[in-house]
Amino acid sequence: MAEDLTEERVINVTWHGRGGQGAVTAAMILAEAAYLDGYQGVTAAPFFGVERRGAPITATTRFSKKPIRTLSPATQADVVVVLDERLLQAVDVLGGLRADGLLILNASSPPEIFCTDMDIAVATSDANSIAREIGLVVAGAVLINTSLLGAFSKASSLIQMKSLEKAIGENFSGQAAKINIQGARLTYEATRINRSWQLS
Amino acid sequence: MGAKLCRVQVIAAYPITPQSKIPETLVKYVDSGELEAEFIRVESEHSALTVCISASTVGARVFTATAANGLAYMHEQLHWAAGARLPIVMALANRGLGAPWTIFNDMQDSISQRDTGWMQVYCRDNQEIMDSMIMAYKICEQLHVPMMVCFDGFVLSHTVMPVEIPDQKQVDAFLPPYVPHLQVDGPEPININPVMLAGPRANAQGVFCPSYMGFRMRLQEALESAGDVILEVGREFGEVFGRSYECLLWQYRTEGADTILLTMGSLANEASLAADALREKGCKAGVVSLRIFRPFPAEPLRQALSGAKHVVIFDKNISYGNEGATCTETKAALFEGGLQPTITNFIVGLGGKNIVATDLEAATEEALKRRVQINGPQWIGVAV
Repeated sequence: MAEDLTEERVINVTWHGRGGQGAVTAAMILAEAAYLDGYQGVTAAPFFGVERRGAPITATTRFSKKPIRTLSPATQADVVVVLDERLLQAVDVLGGLRADGLLILNASSPPEIFCTDMDIAVATSDANSIAREIGLVVAGAVLINTSLLGAFSKASSLIQMKSLEKAIGENFSGQAAKINIQGARLTYEATRINRSWQLS
Repeated sequence: MGAKLCRVQVIAAYPITPQSKIPETLVKYVDSGELEAEFIRVESEHSALTVCISASTVGARVFTATAANGLAYMHEQLHWAAGARLPIVMALANRGLGAPWTIFNDMQDSISQRDTGWMQVYCRDNQEIMDSMIMAYKICEQLHVPMMVCFDGFVLSHTVMPVEIPDQKQVDAFLPPYVPHLQVDGPEPININPVMLAGPRANAQGVFCPSYMGFRMRLQEALESAGDVILEVGREFGEVFGRSYECLLWQYRTEGADTILLTMGSLANEASLAADALREKGCKAGVVSLRIFRPFPAEPLRQALSGAKHVVIFDKNISYGNEGATCTETKAALFEGGLQPTITNFIVGLGGKNIVATDLEAATEEALKRRVQINGPQWIGVAV
Protein backbone atom coordinates (compact mmCIF):
# COMPACT_ATOMS: atom_id res chain seq x y z
CA MET A 1 0.00 0.00 0.00
CA ALA A 2 1.30 3.43 -0.89
CA GLU A 3 2.15 5.22 2.38
CA ASP A 4 2.11 8.87 1.39
CA LEU A 5 -1.59 9.11 0.59
CA THR A 6 -3.99 11.27 2.54
CA GLU A 7 -6.62 9.25 4.34
CA GLU A 8 -9.59 10.22 2.20
CA ARG A 9 -7.84 10.10 -1.19
CA VAL A 10 -9.79 7.76 -3.47
CA ILE A 11 -7.75 6.16 -6.26
CA ASN A 12 -9.74 5.71 -9.45
CA VAL A 13 -8.79 3.07 -12.01
CA THR A 14 -10.66 2.70 -15.30
CA TRP A 15 -10.46 -0.46 -17.39
CA HIS A 16 -11.10 -0.48 -21.13
CA GLY A 17 -11.50 -3.75 -22.93
CA ARG A 18 -13.74 -5.65 -25.28
CA GLY A 19 -16.64 -7.77 -24.12
CA GLY A 20 -15.21 -11.23 -23.32
CA GLN A 21 -11.68 -10.02 -22.52
CA GLY A 22 -12.33 -10.02 -18.80
CA ALA A 23 -11.99 -6.34 -17.94
CA VAL A 24 -14.79 -6.61 -15.37
CA THR A 25 -13.15 -9.64 -13.76
CA ALA A 26 -9.79 -7.86 -13.66
CA ALA A 27 -11.43 -4.82 -12.06
CA MET A 28 -12.91 -7.05 -9.37
CA ILE A 29 -9.67 -8.94 -8.70
CA LEU A 30 -7.81 -5.64 -8.39
CA ALA A 31 -10.39 -4.50 -5.81
CA GLU A 32 -9.91 -7.71 -3.88
CA ALA A 33 -6.13 -7.31 -4.04
CA ALA A 34 -6.42 -3.71 -2.82
CA TYR A 35 -8.45 -4.93 0.16
CA LEU A 36 -5.83 -7.59 0.93
CA ASP A 37 -3.19 -4.87 0.58
CA GLY A 38 -4.79 -2.95 3.45
CA TYR A 39 -7.05 -0.46 1.70
CA GLN A 40 -10.26 -0.31 3.77
CA GLY A 41 -12.47 1.11 1.07
CA VAL A 42 -12.64 -0.77 -2.22
CA THR A 43 -15.27 -1.02 -4.93
CA ALA A 44 -15.39 -2.43 -8.44
CA ALA A 45 -18.16 -1.98 -10.95
CA PRO A 46 -18.78 -2.51 -14.63
CA PHE A 47 -19.85 0.55 -16.55
CA PHE A 48 -23.60 0.36 -16.07
CA GLY A 49 -24.68 -0.74 -19.49
CA VAL A 50 -25.43 -3.61 -21.79
CA GLU A 51 -22.36 -5.68 -22.62
CA ARG A 52 -21.76 -7.75 -25.72
CA ARG A 53 -18.85 -9.90 -26.80
CA GLY A 54 -16.35 -7.84 -28.76
CA ALA A 55 -17.93 -4.45 -28.06
CA PRO A 56 -15.93 -1.86 -26.12
CA ILE A 57 -16.68 -2.07 -22.41
CA THR A 58 -15.54 -0.19 -19.33
CA ALA A 59 -15.13 -1.14 -15.71
CA THR A 60 -13.81 0.75 -12.71
CA THR A 61 -11.91 -0.06 -9.55
CA ARG A 62 -11.73 2.36 -6.64
CA PHE A 63 -9.68 2.08 -3.49
CA SER A 64 -8.97 4.26 -0.51
CA LYS A 65 -7.59 4.01 3.01
CA LYS A 66 -11.05 4.96 4.32
CA PRO A 67 -14.39 3.37 3.37
CA ILE A 68 -15.63 4.72 0.05
CA ARG A 69 -18.73 6.87 0.04
CA THR A 70 -19.17 7.52 -3.65
CA LEU A 71 -20.73 4.94 -5.95
CA SER A 72 -21.20 7.04 -9.07
CA PRO A 73 -18.95 6.38 -12.06
CA ALA A 74 -15.62 8.23 -11.87
CA THR A 75 -15.04 10.88 -14.51
CA GLN A 76 -11.28 11.36 -14.02
CA ALA A 77 -9.17 8.26 -13.47
CA ASP A 78 -5.69 8.20 -11.94
CA VAL A 79 -4.85 5.07 -13.91
CA VAL A 80 -6.35 3.79 -17.14
CA VAL A 81 -5.69 0.20 -18.22
CA VAL A 82 -6.36 -0.74 -21.84
CA LEU A 83 -6.65 -4.42 -22.71
CA ASP A 84 -6.70 -3.87 -26.46
CA GLU A 85 -4.47 -1.09 -27.80
CA ARG A 86 -6.71 -0.62 -30.84
CA LEU A 87 -9.30 0.82 -28.45
CA LEU A 88 -7.12 3.95 -28.33
CA GLN A 89 -8.54 4.80 -31.73
CA ALA A 90 -12.07 3.54 -31.11
CA VAL A 91 -12.86 4.99 -27.69
CA ASP A 92 -11.96 8.26 -25.97
CA VAL A 93 -9.76 6.40 -23.52
CA LEU A 94 -7.57 9.39 -22.68
CA GLY A 95 -10.46 11.79 -22.09
CA GLY A 96 -11.12 10.04 -18.79
CA LEU A 97 -7.50 10.15 -17.59
CA ARG A 98 -6.06 12.88 -15.38
CA ALA A 99 -3.43 15.07 -17.05
CA ASP A 100 -0.80 13.58 -14.70
CA GLY A 101 -2.24 10.08 -14.82
CA LEU A 102 -0.85 6.72 -15.82
CA LEU A 103 -1.83 4.80 -18.95
CA ILE A 104 -1.17 1.05 -19.02
CA LEU A 105 -1.40 -0.66 -22.39
CA ASN A 106 -1.41 -4.23 -23.51
CA ALA A 107 0.97 -3.61 -26.42
CA SER A 108 4.17 -5.03 -27.86
CA SER A 109 5.56 -1.59 -28.77
CA PRO A 110 7.69 0.42 -26.29
CA PRO A 111 5.80 3.03 -24.21
CA GLU A 112 7.73 5.97 -25.72
CA ILE A 113 5.77 5.86 -28.97
CA PHE A 114 2.38 6.45 -27.33
CA CYS A 115 0.82 9.80 -26.45
CA THR A 116 4.04 11.73 -27.04
CA ASP A 117 2.23 15.07 -26.84
CA MET A 118 0.88 14.48 -23.34
CA ASP A 119 2.18 14.69 -19.75
CA ILE A 120 0.85 11.30 -18.78
CA ALA A 121 3.09 8.36 -17.93
CA VAL A 122 2.75 5.39 -20.26
CA ALA A 123 3.52 1.75 -19.51
CA THR A 124 3.33 -1.13 -21.94
CA SER A 125 3.56 -4.86 -21.59
CA ASP A 126 3.16 -7.52 -24.23
CA ALA A 127 0.64 -9.54 -22.29
CA ASN A 128 -0.66 -11.15 -25.48
CA SER A 129 2.61 -12.96 -26.21
CA ILE A 130 3.14 -13.90 -22.56
CA ALA A 131 -0.35 -15.30 -22.13
CA ARG A 132 -0.21 -17.24 -25.40
CA GLU A 133 3.18 -18.72 -24.49
CA ILE A 134 2.10 -20.01 -21.10
CA GLY A 135 -1.18 -21.36 -22.43
CA LEU A 136 -3.67 -18.81 -21.09
CA VAL A 137 -5.95 -19.63 -24.00
CA VAL A 138 -9.61 -20.59 -23.73
CA ALA A 139 -11.60 -21.58 -26.83
CA GLY A 140 -8.98 -19.98 -29.06
CA ALA A 141 -9.02 -16.64 -27.22
CA VAL A 142 -5.87 -15.44 -25.43
CA LEU A 143 -6.77 -14.25 -21.94
CA ILE A 144 -4.67 -11.30 -20.78
CA ASN A 145 -6.83 -9.71 -18.09
CA THR A 146 -5.12 -11.24 -15.05
CA SER A 147 -1.68 -10.85 -16.64
CA LEU A 148 -2.22 -7.09 -16.95
CA LEU A 149 -2.72 -6.93 -13.19
CA GLY A 150 1.03 -7.58 -13.02
CA ALA A 151 1.61 -4.56 -15.24
CA PHE A 152 -0.61 -2.52 -12.93
CA SER A 153 1.46 -3.47 -9.89
CA LYS A 154 4.78 -2.73 -11.61
CA ALA A 155 3.82 0.57 -13.23
CA SER A 156 1.74 2.10 -10.42
CA SER A 157 3.43 0.67 -7.28
CA LEU A 158 0.02 1.00 -5.63
CA ILE A 159 -0.64 -2.70 -5.02
CA GLN A 160 1.91 -5.33 -4.06
CA MET A 161 2.31 -8.41 -6.23
CA LYS A 162 1.77 -10.75 -3.28
CA SER A 163 -1.71 -9.26 -2.71
CA LEU A 164 -2.51 -9.60 -6.40
CA GLU A 165 -1.34 -13.19 -6.47
CA LYS A 166 -3.49 -14.02 -3.46
CA ALA A 167 -6.53 -12.34 -5.04
CA ILE A 168 -6.00 -14.20 -8.32
CA GLY A 169 -5.63 -17.44 -6.37
CA GLU A 170 -8.98 -16.86 -4.71
CA ASN A 171 -10.74 -16.39 -8.04
CA PHE A 172 -9.40 -19.47 -9.79
CA SER A 173 -8.67 -22.97 -8.64
CA GLY A 174 -5.87 -25.48 -9.23
CA GLN A 175 -3.97 -25.21 -12.49
CA ALA A 176 -5.96 -22.17 -13.64
CA ALA A 177 -4.85 -20.24 -10.55
CA LYS A 178 -1.21 -21.21 -11.11
CA ILE A 179 -1.12 -20.19 -14.73
CA ASN A 180 -2.93 -16.89 -14.13
CA ILE A 181 -0.49 -16.00 -11.37
CA GLN A 182 2.42 -16.96 -13.64
CA GLY A 183 1.02 -14.66 -16.34
CA ALA A 184 0.81 -11.76 -13.90
CA ARG A 185 4.39 -12.34 -12.71
CA LEU A 186 5.83 -12.50 -16.22
CA THR A 187 3.89 -9.43 -17.29
CA TYR A 188 5.15 -7.61 -14.19
CA GLU A 189 8.71 -8.35 -15.28
CA ALA A 190 8.05 -7.36 -18.89
CA THR A 191 6.41 -4.02 -18.11
CA ARG A 192 8.22 -0.97 -19.42
CA ILE A 193 7.37 2.60 -18.48
CA ASN A 194 8.42 5.87 -20.17
CA ARG A 195 9.06 7.59 -16.82
CA SER A 196 8.53 6.75 -13.19
CA TRP A 197 5.06 7.63 -12.03
CA GLN A 198 3.65 8.58 -8.66
CA LEU A 199 0.11 9.26 -7.62
CA SER A 200 -0.48 12.96 -6.96
CA MET B 1 -26.18 -15.41 -0.23
CA GLY B 2 -28.35 -13.78 2.43
CA ALA B 3 -31.26 -16.01 1.41
CA LYS B 4 -28.97 -19.05 1.67
CA LEU B 5 -27.87 -18.13 5.18
CA CYS B 6 -31.55 -17.82 6.13
CA ARG B 7 -32.11 -21.39 4.89
CA VAL B 8 -35.05 -20.44 2.70
CA GLN B 9 -37.06 -23.49 1.64
CA VAL B 10 -38.85 -22.31 -1.47
CA ILE B 11 -37.58 -19.80 -4.04
CA ALA B 12 -39.59 -18.58 -6.99
CA ALA B 13 -38.33 -15.73 -9.13
CA TYR B 14 -38.40 -14.58 -12.72
CA PRO B 15 -35.21 -12.99 -14.07
CA ILE B 16 -35.14 -9.26 -14.75
CA THR B 17 -32.16 -6.91 -14.97
CA PRO B 18 -30.59 -5.94 -12.58
CA GLN B 19 -31.94 -8.70 -10.33
CA SER B 20 -30.98 -11.68 -12.58
CA LYS B 21 -27.79 -12.51 -10.68
CA ILE B 22 -29.83 -13.32 -7.57
CA PRO B 23 -31.93 -16.22 -8.97
CA GLU B 24 -28.90 -17.35 -11.03
CA THR B 25 -26.81 -17.63 -7.89
CA LEU B 26 -29.54 -19.28 -5.84
CA VAL B 27 -30.29 -21.88 -8.50
CA LYS B 28 -26.59 -22.85 -8.41
CA TYR B 29 -26.74 -23.26 -4.62
CA VAL B 30 -29.85 -25.43 -4.95
CA ASP B 31 -28.33 -27.43 -7.81
CA SER B 32 -25.10 -28.14 -5.92
CA GLY B 33 -26.97 -29.10 -2.77
CA GLU B 34 -25.44 -26.24 -0.78
CA LEU B 35 -28.96 -25.00 -0.14
CA GLU B 36 -31.74 -27.43 0.62
CA ALA B 37 -34.55 -25.65 -1.14
CA GLU B 38 -37.00 -25.96 -3.99
CA PHE B 39 -36.34 -23.53 -6.81
CA ILE B 40 -39.58 -23.28 -8.71
CA ARG B 41 -39.32 -21.96 -12.23
CA VAL B 42 -42.16 -19.72 -13.30
CA GLU B 43 -43.20 -17.86 -16.42
CA SER B 44 -43.79 -14.48 -14.81
CA GLU B 45 -43.40 -12.36 -11.69
CA HIS B 46 -47.09 -12.69 -10.94
CA SER B 47 -46.64 -16.46 -10.76
CA ALA B 48 -43.40 -16.12 -8.81
CA LEU B 49 -45.17 -14.34 -5.99
CA THR B 50 -48.17 -16.67 -6.26
CA VAL B 51 -45.85 -19.65 -5.71
CA CYS B 52 -44.34 -17.85 -2.70
CA ILE B 53 -47.81 -17.16 -1.32
CA SER B 54 -48.82 -20.82 -1.67
CA ALA B 55 -45.58 -22.15 -0.22
CA SER B 56 -45.70 -19.70 2.68
CA THR B 57 -49.30 -20.70 3.37
CA VAL B 58 -48.26 -24.32 3.82
CA GLY B 59 -45.51 -23.28 6.19
CA ALA B 60 -42.33 -22.80 4.15
CA ARG B 61 -39.81 -19.97 4.51
CA VAL B 62 -39.90 -18.39 1.05
CA PHE B 63 -37.93 -15.90 -0.99
CA THR B 64 -38.36 -13.98 -4.21
CA ALA B 65 -36.56 -11.14 -5.97
CA THR B 66 -37.52 -8.72 -8.71
CA ALA B 67 -37.28 -5.15 -10.03
CA ALA B 68 -39.24 -2.46 -11.84
CA ASN B 69 -41.94 -3.78 -14.20
CA GLY B 70 -41.57 -7.21 -12.61
CA LEU B 71 -42.66 -5.72 -9.30
CA ALA B 72 -45.49 -3.87 -11.02
CA TYR B 73 -46.63 -7.18 -12.48
CA MET B 74 -46.75 -8.61 -8.93
CA HIS B 75 -48.99 -5.79 -7.76
CA GLU B 76 -52.17 -7.81 -7.23
CA GLN B 77 -50.33 -10.52 -5.33
CA LEU B 78 -48.44 -7.98 -3.21
CA HIS B 79 -51.79 -7.00 -1.69
CA TRP B 80 -52.67 -10.68 -1.30
CA ALA B 81 -49.43 -11.59 0.47
CA ALA B 82 -49.82 -8.79 3.00
CA GLY B 83 -53.57 -9.32 3.45
CA ALA B 84 -53.02 -13.05 4.04
CA ARG B 85 -50.36 -12.05 6.62
CA LEU B 86 -47.56 -14.11 5.08
CA PRO B 87 -43.95 -13.43 6.16
CA ILE B 88 -42.51 -13.34 2.65
CA VAL B 89 -39.17 -11.60 2.07
CA MET B 90 -38.38 -10.06 -1.30
CA ALA B 91 -35.09 -8.62 -2.55
CA LEU B 92 -35.81 -5.62 -4.74
CA ALA B 93 -33.12 -4.17 -7.00
CA ASN B 94 -34.62 -0.70 -7.48
CA ARG B 95 -35.01 0.17 -11.15
CA GLY B 96 -37.01 2.78 -13.05
CA LEU B 97 -40.31 1.79 -14.62
CA GLY B 98 -41.09 1.77 -18.34
CA ALA B 99 -42.31 3.39 -20.51
CA PRO B 100 -39.91 4.54 -21.75
CA TRP B 101 -37.71 1.54 -20.97
CA THR B 102 -34.80 1.92 -18.65
CA ILE B 103 -32.83 -0.80 -16.94
CA PHE B 104 -31.24 1.72 -14.61
CA ASN B 105 -31.86 2.80 -11.07
CA ASP B 106 -34.50 4.88 -9.38
CA MET B 107 -37.09 4.11 -6.69
CA GLN B 108 -40.30 4.54 -8.63
CA ASP B 109 -40.95 0.78 -8.55
CA SER B 110 -41.03 0.22 -4.79
CA ILE B 111 -42.49 3.62 -3.94
CA SER B 112 -45.41 2.82 -6.26
CA GLN B 113 -46.13 -0.22 -4.02
CA ARG B 114 -46.05 1.58 -0.70
CA ASP B 115 -49.76 1.03 0.04
CA THR B 116 -49.75 -2.75 -0.41
CA GLY B 117 -49.09 -3.44 3.28
CA TRP B 118 -45.47 -4.58 2.82
CA MET B 119 -42.72 -3.22 5.01
CA GLN B 120 -39.90 -1.54 3.09
CA VAL B 121 -36.27 -1.21 4.12
CA TYR B 122 -33.77 0.72 1.96
CA CYS B 123 -30.10 -0.31 2.08
CA ARG B 124 -27.12 2.03 2.00
CA ASP B 125 -24.48 -0.49 0.96
CA ASN B 126 -24.03 -4.20 0.25
CA GLN B 127 -23.34 -5.11 3.86
CA GLU B 128 -26.73 -3.65 4.76
CA ILE B 129 -28.40 -5.78 2.06
CA MET B 130 -26.92 -8.96 3.53
CA ASP B 131 -27.75 -7.99 7.12
CA SER B 132 -31.24 -6.70 6.26
CA MET B 133 -32.12 -10.01 4.61
CA ILE B 134 -31.36 -11.92 7.80
CA MET B 135 -33.21 -9.44 10.00
CA ALA B 136 -36.15 -9.34 7.56
CA TYR B 137 -37.16 -12.96 8.19
CA LYS B 138 -37.01 -12.48 11.94
CA ILE B 139 -39.11 -9.32 11.74
CA CYS B 140 -41.62 -10.72 9.23
CA GLU B 141 -42.14 -14.01 11.04
CA GLN B 142 -42.83 -12.17 14.28
CA LEU B 143 -45.33 -9.74 12.74
CA HIS B 144 -46.74 -11.95 9.96
CA VAL B 145 -46.17 -9.14 7.51
CA PRO B 146 -44.04 -9.34 4.32
CA MET B 147 -41.02 -7.12 3.67
CA MET B 148 -39.19 -5.74 0.64
CA VAL B 149 -35.44 -5.36 1.08
CA CYS B 150 -34.79 -2.54 -1.40
CA PHE B 151 -31.40 -1.60 -2.82
CA ASP B 152 -30.32 0.57 -5.73
CA GLY B 153 -30.07 -1.43 -8.95
CA PHE B 154 -26.60 -1.39 -10.57
CA VAL B 155 -25.34 1.22 -8.09
CA LEU B 156 -25.31 -1.48 -5.39
CA SER B 157 -26.40 -4.65 -7.21
CA HIS B 158 -23.48 -4.54 -9.66
CA THR B 159 -20.82 -2.97 -7.47
CA VAL B 160 -18.38 -5.23 -5.70
CA MET B 161 -17.41 -4.13 -2.20
CA PRO B 162 -16.17 -5.83 0.97
CA VAL B 163 -18.95 -7.60 2.86
CA GLU B 164 -18.58 -9.54 6.07
CA ILE B 165 -20.40 -12.84 5.64
CA PRO B 166 -22.17 -13.82 8.86
CA ASP B 167 -21.37 -17.24 10.27
CA GLN B 168 -24.03 -19.86 9.43
CA LYS B 169 -24.16 -21.19 13.00
CA GLN B 170 -24.73 -17.70 14.36
CA VAL B 171 -27.44 -17.06 11.78
CA ASP B 172 -29.12 -20.36 12.73
CA ALA B 173 -29.15 -19.33 16.37
CA PHE B 174 -30.41 -15.82 15.53
CA LEU B 175 -33.04 -17.08 13.10
CA PRO B 176 -34.50 -20.45 14.11
CA PRO B 177 -36.66 -22.40 11.61
CA TYR B 178 -39.97 -20.78 10.72
CA VAL B 179 -42.92 -22.01 12.77
CA PRO B 180 -46.10 -21.01 10.94
CA HIS B 181 -49.08 -19.89 13.02
CA LEU B 182 -51.39 -21.69 10.64
CA GLN B 183 -50.47 -24.60 8.47
CA VAL B 184 -52.61 -26.06 5.74
CA ASP B 185 -52.11 -29.79 5.30
CA GLY B 186 -53.84 -32.75 3.70
CA PRO B 187 -55.46 -34.69 6.57
CA GLU B 188 -57.07 -31.60 8.06
CA PRO B 189 -58.10 -29.38 5.19
CA ILE B 190 -59.30 -25.88 5.95
CA ASN B 191 -60.78 -23.17 3.82
CA ILE B 192 -58.55 -20.13 3.88
CA ASN B 193 -59.34 -16.62 2.75
CA PRO B 194 -63.06 -17.04 2.06
CA VAL B 195 -65.10 -14.03 0.95
CA MET B 196 -65.58 -11.72 3.89
CA LEU B 197 -68.66 -9.86 4.94
CA ALA B 198 -68.84 -6.37 6.35
CA GLY B 199 -69.59 -7.83 9.79
CA PRO B 200 -67.95 -10.67 11.76
CA ARG B 201 -69.15 -14.18 11.09
CA ALA B 202 -68.56 -17.70 12.32
CA ASN B 203 -66.15 -20.00 10.50
CA ALA B 204 -66.73 -23.75 9.85
CA GLN B 205 -65.78 -24.53 13.47
CA GLY B 206 -68.32 -22.04 14.71
CA VAL B 207 -65.64 -19.58 15.89
CA PHE B 208 -66.48 -15.92 15.22
CA CYS B 209 -63.90 -14.28 12.96
CA PRO B 210 -63.23 -10.60 12.34
CA SER B 211 -64.88 -8.62 9.57
CA TYR B 212 -63.06 -7.41 6.47
CA MET B 213 -62.36 -4.08 8.16
CA GLY B 214 -61.28 -5.96 11.26
CA PHE B 215 -58.58 -7.68 9.20
CA ARG B 216 -57.51 -4.38 7.66
CA MET B 217 -57.27 -2.78 11.07
CA ARG B 218 -55.16 -5.65 12.36
CA LEU B 219 -52.75 -5.26 9.43
CA GLN B 220 -52.43 -1.56 10.25
CA GLU B 221 -51.84 -2.39 13.93
CA ALA B 222 -49.13 -4.85 12.94
CA LEU B 223 -47.39 -2.15 10.87
CA GLU B 224 -47.80 0.34 13.74
CA SER B 225 -46.03 -2.06 16.07
CA ALA B 226 -43.38 -2.94 13.47
CA GLY B 227 -41.11 -0.01 14.38
CA ASP B 228 -40.44 -1.46 17.84
CA VAL B 229 -39.90 -4.95 16.43
CA ILE B 230 -37.45 -3.64 13.82
CA LEU B 231 -35.51 -1.79 16.53
CA GLU B 232 -35.42 -4.82 18.83
CA VAL B 233 -34.29 -7.17 16.06
CA GLY B 234 -31.72 -4.57 14.96
CA ARG B 235 -30.36 -4.38 18.51
CA GLU B 236 -30.22 -8.16 18.83
CA PHE B 237 -28.45 -8.41 15.46
CA GLY B 238 -25.85 -5.99 16.75
CA GLU B 239 -25.24 -8.12 19.83
CA VAL B 240 -24.66 -11.25 17.77
CA PHE B 241 -22.91 -9.87 14.68
CA GLY B 242 -21.38 -6.62 15.92
CA ARG B 243 -23.30 -4.36 13.54
CA SER B 244 -26.29 -2.77 15.28
CA TYR B 245 -29.34 -1.65 13.32
CA GLU B 246 -31.25 -0.23 16.27
CA CYS B 247 -32.48 2.71 14.21
CA LEU B 248 -35.18 3.48 11.68
CA LEU B 249 -33.18 6.41 10.29
CA TRP B 250 -29.51 6.68 9.44
CA GLN B 251 -28.02 9.95 10.63
CA TYR B 252 -24.76 11.67 9.83
CA ARG B 253 -23.47 14.82 11.53
CA THR B 254 -26.98 15.85 12.54
CA GLU B 255 -25.85 17.12 15.93
CA GLY B 256 -26.16 20.90 15.91
CA ALA B 257 -27.15 20.84 12.25
CA ASP B 258 -29.59 23.49 11.03
CA THR B 259 -29.64 22.17 7.45
CA ILE B 260 -30.59 18.57 6.79
CA LEU B 261 -30.16 16.69 3.54
CA LEU B 262 -32.82 13.98 3.55
CA THR B 263 -32.73 10.95 1.27
CA MET B 264 -32.93 7.13 1.05
CA GLY B 265 -30.72 4.26 -0.05
CA SER B 266 -27.17 4.52 -1.37
CA LEU B 267 -27.52 8.23 -2.11
CA ALA B 268 -27.01 8.77 1.63
CA ASN B 269 -23.30 8.03 1.07
CA GLU B 270 -22.96 10.83 -1.47
CA ALA B 271 -25.06 13.08 0.80
CA SER B 272 -22.60 12.52 3.65
CA LEU B 273 -19.76 13.73 1.39
CA ALA B 274 -21.87 16.78 0.49
CA ALA B 275 -22.51 17.47 4.19
CA ASP B 276 -18.75 17.31 4.88
CA ALA B 277 -18.10 19.81 2.08
CA LEU B 278 -20.87 22.12 3.32
CA ARG B 279 -19.51 21.96 6.88
CA GLU B 280 -16.08 22.96 5.55
CA LYS B 281 -17.74 26.09 4.18
CA GLY B 282 -19.36 26.87 7.51
CA CYS B 283 -22.84 25.54 6.76
CA LYS B 284 -24.10 23.36 9.60
CA ALA B 285 -25.26 20.48 7.43
CA GLY B 286 -26.19 16.92 8.34
CA VAL B 287 -27.81 13.92 6.66
CA VAL B 288 -30.91 11.93 7.52
CA SER B 289 -31.63 8.84 5.46
CA LEU B 290 -34.82 6.85 5.83
CA ARG B 291 -33.71 3.27 6.40
CA ILE B 292 -37.30 2.18 6.87
CA PHE B 293 -39.98 3.73 4.66
CA ARG B 294 -42.86 1.46 5.72
CA PRO B 295 -43.81 1.67 8.50
CA PHE B 296 -43.03 5.38 8.14
CA PRO B 297 -40.76 6.46 11.01
CA ALA B 298 -42.62 9.73 11.71
CA GLU B 299 -41.67 10.14 15.35
CA PRO B 300 -37.91 9.54 14.99
CA LEU B 301 -37.97 11.78 11.93
CA ARG B 302 -39.57 14.61 13.92
CA GLN B 303 -36.86 14.21 16.55
CA ALA B 304 -34.09 14.17 13.96
CA LEU B 305 -35.46 17.31 12.26
CA SER B 306 -36.45 19.20 15.43
CA GLY B 307 -33.45 21.52 15.22
CA ALA B 308 -33.50 22.00 11.46
CA LYS B 309 -34.26 25.34 9.84
CA HIS B 310 -33.92 23.96 6.33
CA VAL B 311 -34.67 20.49 5.04
CA VAL B 312 -33.53 19.61 1.54
CA ILE B 313 -35.16 16.42 0.28
CA PHE B 314 -33.75 14.34 -2.57
CA ASP B 315 -36.23 11.92 -4.09
CA LYS B 316 -35.44 9.25 -6.72
CA ASN B 317 -39.17 8.99 -7.35
CA ILE B 318 -42.10 11.26 -8.00
CA SER B 319 -45.82 11.12 -7.42
CA TYR B 320 -46.82 12.75 -10.68
CA GLY B 321 -48.91 15.87 -10.16
CA ASN B 322 -47.53 16.33 -6.68
CA GLU B 323 -43.91 15.82 -5.54
CA GLY B 324 -41.43 13.19 -4.32
CA ALA B 325 -42.94 10.66 -1.92
CA THR B 326 -40.48 11.14 0.94
CA CYS B 327 -41.12 14.90 0.71
CA THR B 328 -44.87 14.50 1.14
CA GLU B 329 -44.48 12.07 4.01
CA THR B 330 -41.86 14.18 5.75
CA LYS B 331 -44.09 17.26 5.53
CA ALA B 332 -46.96 15.30 7.08
CA ALA B 333 -44.72 14.10 9.93
CA LEU B 334 -43.47 17.64 10.58
CA PHE B 335 -46.99 19.09 10.52
CA GLU B 336 -48.04 16.69 13.27
CA GLY B 337 -45.07 17.88 15.34
CA GLY B 338 -45.75 21.55 14.66
CA LEU B 339 -42.34 21.97 13.02
CA GLN B 340 -41.95 24.38 10.12
CA PRO B 341 -38.51 24.34 8.52
CA THR B 342 -38.25 25.47 4.89
CA ILE B 343 -38.50 22.44 2.66
CA THR B 344 -37.05 22.09 -0.80
CA ASN B 345 -37.67 18.96 -2.83
CA PHE B 346 -35.30 17.88 -5.57
CA ILE B 347 -36.11 15.07 -7.99
CA VAL B 348 -32.82 13.36 -8.86
CA GLY B 349 -31.29 10.30 -10.45
CA LEU B 350 -34.30 9.01 -12.37
CA GLY B 351 -33.48 6.18 -14.77
CA GLY B 352 -29.89 5.97 -13.54
CA LYS B 353 -29.03 9.64 -14.09
CA ASN B 354 -25.70 10.07 -12.37
CA ILE B 355 -25.87 12.13 -9.19
CA VAL B 356 -22.76 12.97 -7.19
CA ALA B 357 -21.93 14.71 -3.93
CA THR B 358 -21.12 18.02 -5.64
CA ASP B 359 -24.61 18.04 -7.23
CA LEU B 360 -26.20 17.59 -3.81
CA GLU B 361 -23.96 20.26 -2.35
CA ALA B 362 -24.84 22.77 -5.09
CA ALA B 363 -28.56 22.01 -4.79
CA THR B 364 -28.45 22.55 -1.03
CA GLU B 365 -26.65 25.86 -1.47
CA GLU B 366 -29.23 26.94 -4.03
CA ALA B 367 -32.05 26.04 -1.65
CA LEU B 368 -30.39 27.96 1.18
CA LYS B 369 -29.87 31.05 -0.98
CA ARG B 370 -33.60 31.44 -1.53
CA ARG B 371 -34.43 31.08 2.15
CA VAL B 372 -38.13 30.86 1.40
CA GLN B 373 -40.44 27.94 1.01
CA ILE B 374 -40.35 26.70 -2.57
CA ASN B 375 -43.45 24.86 -3.59
CA GLY B 376 -43.25 22.06 -6.11
CA PRO B 377 -40.30 19.83 -6.85
CA GLN B 378 -37.12 21.05 -8.56
CA TRP B 379 -35.41 18.79 -11.09
CA ILE B 380 -31.67 18.18 -11.21
CA GLY B 381 -29.74 16.81 -14.16
CA VAL B 382 -32.59 16.57 -16.65
CA ALA B 383 -30.64 17.88 -19.67
CA VAL B 384 -34.07 17.77 -21.40
